[in-house]
Amino acid sequence: MKKVLSLLAVAALLVAAAPAKDGYEVGDKVADFKLKNVDGKMVSLADFKTAKGFIVMFDCNTCPVSKAYNERILALNKKYASQGFPVIAINPNDPSVSAGDSFEKMVDYAKKKGYDFPYLVDETQNVAKAFGATNTPHVFVLTKDLTVAYIGSIDNSRDAGNVTKKYVEEAVDALLAGKEVPTPKTKAVGCTIKWKPA
Amino acid sequence: MKYLLAFVLTFSVFALRAQTAQLVKVDQLKQLIEKPSDQIQVINFWATWCAPCIKEMPLFEKLGQSRPDVAVTLVSVDLDLDRNPAKVHKFVERKKLTSTVYILDEKDPNVWIDVIEKSWQGAIPATLIVNTKTGKRTFVDKELHEGDLEKLIDQVR
Repeated sequence: MKKVLSLLAVAALLVAAAPAKDGYEVGDKVADFKLKNVDGKMVSLADFKTAKGFIVMFDCNTCPVSKAYNERILALNKKYASQGFPVIAINPNDPSVSAGDSFEKMVDYAKKKGYDFPYLVDETQNVAKAFGATNTPHVFVLTKDLTVAYIGSIDNSRDAGNVTKKYVEEAVDALLAGKEVPTPKTKAVGCTIKWKPA
Repeated sequence: MKYLLAFVLTFSVFALRAQTAQLVKVDQLKQLIEKPSDQIQVINFWATWCAPCIKEMPLFEKLGQSRPDVAVTLVSVDLDLDRNPAKVHKFVERKKLTSTVYILDEKDPNVWIDVIEKSWQGAIPATLIVNTKTGKRTFVDKELHEGDLEKLIDQVR
């Protein structure tokens, strides 16, 4: 009996430690959030009155995949913010696990890279959990009414020279044209989100 | 003569190591995972660029060396960026890895990730544990710490 109880305790711990696997699917409506930006101001999606949608990007300072995509993320905002689809970057990594992802380091990184879009800290990791984000980078394209239209990677190759499918651009272009998103869900190799130790 | 012998021995060990990291297609990997086995299969997905993967790797090495009931396989997913496996071979040699190492030879992660695990979005480190005798499997996409692997193995008994 004692053994069963301890096994149950272990199982409960493992369940508690595991990040939520559910989260949003394509077609779900997401809950708005309020997170601190690198400029110190709080940001919500509702603040973007004229937006036609959003490119929500779970990202970080430290992941080699994120670094490989950094220029492409800046380019996405350059191309689409003016068309009503701004990039909203969110860093969910716990700085006690990944020191390079502290708020101060985020401020430095955003300045160094010239981010012209919000780079928000998800300190409680509740937004990443609600979305069901697991990777950096991990993209969720939302429509104006905050419905998920696309989940996945920016494109189909970490090597910018080998890209043959620009998934996020295709999704946003389709939404702007009032069409169906051609590939609503994709997967790519990325870094795990650094969850708080249980 | 003694030196020559030492050289030959060193060289043959070196040659054996270089043999270990073979290229593998995802279908071959799936067959390896699903092949009935008396051992519990512990398959770790990693890359040379992934710091937490390298940090947790000694746990897998130790597990494979100390538990005859467990077979550890380390699958590198490095080739999505750099098609040259030399970096992985060098890493395997430098770390003197004793686990079986494969290099996944696939181009489109949007296809191969689902073949391995539907719930996986592709983040690494990731670990799949399969017991073909009980038909149970468990999957985690996070860095593991001392003691975690043993608990995960208990889940598939």
